[in-house]
Amino acid sequence: MKHMLALLLLLIGTFATAQEIVVAAAADMNAALPQLVAAYTKKTGQTVKFSFGSSGNLANQIRNGAPFDVFFSADEDYPRQLIAEELAAKDTLYRYAVGRLVLWIPADSPLDLSKLGMKALLEPSIKKIAIANPAHAPYGRAAEAALRHFGIYDQVSSRLVLGENVSQAAQFVESGNAQAGLIALSHALAPALKDKGRYWTLPLDAYPTLNQAAVVLSRSKQQDAARRFLEFLRSPEATSLLGSYGFSMPVETH
Amino acid sequence: MNWEAFWLTVRLAGIVSTLLVAIGIPIAYWLTHSRWRWKFLVEAAVALPIVLPPTVLGFYVLVALGSRSPLGRWWESLTGHTLAFTFEGLVIGSLLYSLPFAVQPFAASFGAVDSKLLRASASLGHSPVQTFRRIVLPLSKAGLVTGFALSFAHTLGEFGVVLMVGGNIPGVTRTISIDIYDQVQTANYSSANQTALVLLILSFLVLSIVYGLNRRPWAVGPWR
Repeated sequence: MKHMLALLLLLIGTFATAQEIVVAAAADMNAALPQLVAAYTKKTGQTVKFSFGSSGNLANQIRNGAPFDVFFSADEDYPRQLIAEELAAKDTLYRYAVGRLVLWIPADSPLDLSKLGMKALLEPSIKKIAIANPAHAPYGRAAEAALRHFGIYDQVSSRLVLGENVSQAAQFVESGNAQAGLIALSHALAPALKDKGRYWTLPLDAYPTLNQAAVVLSRSKQQDAARRFLEFLRSPEATSLLGSYGFSMPVETH
Repeated sequence: MNWEAFWLTVRLAGIVSTLLVAIGIPIAYWLTHSRWRWKFLVEAAVALPIVLPPTVLGFYVLVALGSRSPLGRWWESLTGHTLAFTFEGLVIGSLLYSLPFAVQPFAASFGAVDSKLLRASASLGHSPVQTFRRIVLPLSKAGLVTGFALSFAHTLGEFGVVLMVGGNIPGVTRTISIDIYDQVQTANYSSANQTALVLLILSFLVLSIVYGLNRRPWAVGPWR
């Protein structure tokens, strides 16, 4: 009995957190953020944990008391809503990039994306098209808007399959279960997918801008540490790392 | 309340539990009467879905049965599409997922039939099949209904496998549990609440039938 109690205490004890900060991040960051954190930890010794999901899902978890310190959203609306609800600190809101949507097909697909562009989705060999769930994933909303922008939504809507978030949409195509997907550029550039497929970047005017924004959450007990991590995001080191995953501010003129 | 998702789920659970009666009876009969020394391995394999996370099943259905695998390609050449994102895919995933919930009650009730009756039936000239049909099945009615109802209820509550392989297609793979999940994700709590309540009541009714039929302590688990 004594031993059981000791074991129980030991198991509970592992949940107690040290001075680490926890980042809730949009699914499009799931390749870039670990790199960013590794660089930050190496530099400062600060440990950072992360949790990925669709931005809408995470915002909802934050509303319900999830113990996160920083929120990286794929759509600036969610942090703004949290600020309005006094759940996030307004002065920390930082737009770090504009997310880009790409049409991605597996490497063994014969389709020529540079010639076809979005018309590739109308090919008969494309039986299923994976997108993120528009109900709570910003990339899903962007994908739906883009399909309407190109006037092909009605023709392809019966072939859409919805991922829980944009990384599941990518995984549906990567596993060969869908033949094309509208996914984040950051996934197309990530090591896990880079050599497995080809992509075509959708023009920025095809869908509402995906402003990627980070914010420190009001409930965080580690305000200073969280703010310092967001400071690091503005450093040249972080900016170039994010840039290598396709996260940058657009330079094209309108 | 999303009735389309509701009826889709009831249809899925109905098909799966009916198929499991057909598949589960021979497996349960073999498990009850086989004297094979490695039988325990089969028993363990049948019980696996009780302990395995649904993500493992979902992963296998997606990858091992996807178009990158020989099995998936064979299925594709047969039907023209992969198993993921289809109703058939959900049926196959759910069959595996709910198998022990049918087989274990079946086997428990087959095992409870007095072996003297079986010997008497045999000595009166009945073949094993006739004995099974005339003696074992009627005496196992409660176990059969229990297995059917439990696998039905378990499939109603399936979530992880569907989330991984369903693709959330309305009317095809958007089941009631996925619908509740989506409503919660979009902070549509009143609608989630309604649907959750319907599912809660339905599951309670099904389980009440099970426990009403078996008025003694009974739990899903190793039956010996």
